[in-house]
Amino acid sequence: MSFDAVIEVRNVSKRFGGLSAVSNCSLEVARGSITGLIGPNGAGKSTLFNMVAGNFPPSEGTIVFDGQDITGLKPHQLFGRGLLRTFQIAHEFSNMTALENLMMVPPDQPGESLAQIWFKPGVVAAREAEVRQKALDVIDFLKLGHVKNELAGNLSGGQKKLLELGRTMMVDAKAVLLDEVAAGVNRTLLNDLAGNIERMNTELGYTFFVIEHDMDLIARLCDPVIVMAQGEVIAKGRMEELRNNPEIVEAYFGAAVEVTP
Amino acid sequence: MNDFIFFFNQVVVNGISLGSVYALGAVGVTLIFGILRFAHFAHGDMMTMGAYIAFVLASLVAGLGLTLPLPTGFVVLPFAMVIATLIALGIDKGFYAPLRARGARPVTLLIASIGVTMMIQGLVRLFGGVQTRSFFETEPKGLIRIELPFEGVTRPISFTEPQLLLVIVTAIAVFALHFFLTRSRLGKAMRAMADNADLAKVSGINTALVIRVTWIIAGSLACLAGTMLALDVSLQPALAFNIVLPIFAAAIVGGLGQSYGAIAGGFLLGFAETLAVFNWAVLLRPFRDSFPDWFEIPANLALVQSEYKLTVAFVILVVVLLVRPTGIFKGASS
Repeated sequence: MSFDAVIEVRNVSKRFGGLSAVSNCSLEVARGSITGLIGPNGAGKSTLFNMVAGNFPPSEGTIVFDGQDITGLKPHQLFGRGLLRTFQIAHEFSNMTALENLMMVPPDQPGESLAQIWFKPGVVAAREAEVRQKALDVIDFLKLGHVKNELAGNLSGGQKKLLELGRTMMVDAKAVLLDEVAAGVNRTLLNDLAGNIERMNTELGYTFFVIEHDMDLIARLCDPVIVMAQGEVIAKGRMEELRNNPEIVEAYFGAAVEVTP
Repeated sequence: MNDFIFFFNQVVVNGISLGSVYALGAVGVTLIFGILRFAHFAHGDMMTMGAYIAFVLASLVAGLGLTLPLPTGFVVLPFAMVIATLIALGIDKGFYAPLRARGARPVTLLIASIGVTMMIQGLVRLFGGVQTRSFFETEPKGLIRIELPFEGVTRPISFTEPQLLLVIVTAIAVFALHFFLTRSRLGKAMRAMADNADLAKVSGINTALVIRVTWIIAGSLACLAGTMLALDVSLQPALAFNIVLPIFAAAIVGGLGQSYGAIAGGFLLGFAETLAVFNWAVLLRPFRDSFPDWFEIPANLALVQSEYKLTVAFVILVVVLLVRPTGIFKGASS
C-alpha cells in the first residue's frame, strides 16, 4: 500500500477515572492531506487531539509521527520533531510586534547563547538577519505586511490566527494540528484563513490535521474527514459521502434528520 | 533659597537614592515573577547577602593596604555580583527547580522562598554577627558639596559619594537592561516567556536558559542594590529585610512582570516616602511675614512621622490597586 501516513494513531484509549473518553481509536493522517476530525460534543475528538498534541499521554495505545513513536512526548518535544499545533484561542506574545512574534519561533538561535553573543557577534547577526528574512517571507505569504510592526496584542482575532499559521511556517513543520481555527473569526477573514491553509497545503506541501465545528470549512478544506462518536471512530470519507450516510447523520445529531446538501 | 536647597538635599537626593534601591530590587522581583510566576520573598535577603559578600571582599582588599580613589566596597562590587549570582543560581537549582519539576504551585514556591529567607538570615548572622557595621571604618565617606553662585545662598547642595555612585550605577543598569530586553534575542525570549509561557514552551525558546538568565540578572541586581544601600547607610543583618515589603509594593504598583513598571514604581515610592516625612514647615518659613498674625507655622509639618514611613508605600499600593488593578504599566493582575 502506497499510503504514507505522517500521523498514525494506533488503538489509543484514554480514561479519566472511570470515564472512558476515547476507546480503542485508530486513524491515520496521510502526508500532504488536510484531514478533518469531526463529531458531536463529547465524542472524544478533543481528547484524541490533545493526546496527539502531547498535552497528556494516552492510557493505552501508541501514537506514531513520521515513522517514530511519539507516545507521551511533551508539546515542546513534538515541536522539535516538526509537529506543531495552533490554539483554539490564538496565543501570541502580545507585547511584541507580529514580526518579532515570528522571529521568536526558530529554536537554537545563536543569539540565545551567552558565549556567542560576546564572542561570535557576526554569527549572531547573520542568523538574526536570516530569521528576519524568513519571517518577512512568511508575512508576505500570509499577506500580513500591513500589520507586521503592529503589536500582536492589538491584532484582530483573524490576524492572530494567521499569525499562528505563520508560526508553523517559521520552522517548516511536517504536520500542523489546527484546533478550531474558525472559532471567533468572521466570515470574510475565515475565507482568507481557509485560502491560506489551502495554499500552504498545495503550494508548500503542509499536512494538516484539523479539529473543527464549522462544517462549511471542513467541507471546503478537508479530505478525508474522520467522524468520531462516543469515543470511537465511526466513519471516514469525503464530506459529501458522509452527509448522505444516514448512520453518520444519526450519530451526529442524535436522530435521523434530513440533510439538504 | 537656602530652604529650597534644604528641600533638595532632603527630598530629591534621598528620594533618588531610595528610589534607586527600590527600583533595582523591584526589577529582580518583577522579572522572577514574570518568568517563574511566584513572589520571591527571599529577594530582600539576597540583597543583604550581596552586601555581606561585598563587605567580606572589601575587608580583604583593605587588608592588602591598597588605597583606592573610590570606596573599596564599590570597587569590589563586580566580583561580589558574580559570587551573588552564582549563589542565586545555586538557590534556584537546590530549592526552586526541584519544586518546579514536580509541578509545585506558586504558593508552594512562595513558602519555599520564605524558608530561603530564614536560611539566608541565619547564615548572615552566623558568619557576619548581629552588629551594625560600616564600609567606612578604614576610609572616609566622601561628601560632595556644590556651592551655588547666588547671593545670600549659604547652604550648599550636598550628597555623599555612595549616593552619587548609586545613581550612576542604577542609570547604567537600567539602560543595560533596556537594551538587553529590547535588542537581544535572549532578552526578547525573556519578554516572550513572561508574556505567554505556554506559547514560549511550544516555540523554539530555550526556557531553561531564560530561567537561568533571570536569576543571573535578579541576583546581580540584588547584590548591587544591597551593597549600594549598605554603602549609603550601614550594614546590618536586617538591612534589606526591612525594605522587602516596599520593594514588592513597588513591583506591584508598577505592574507585576513589567520591568519598566518596577523602575517607575521604585522611584515613585522612594520619592513618596521622602516627601511624606519631609518637614514642610521649612518651606513655609520664608513666607512667614505674609501670613496673618493668628497663623503660626507649626514646628513639624511632616505628613507622616518618620517611624511610620513604611506605611506610605502601602497607602500608595492600595490606592493604585483600587484605581488601576493591573498597576501603572498593566502587568499581570494577581
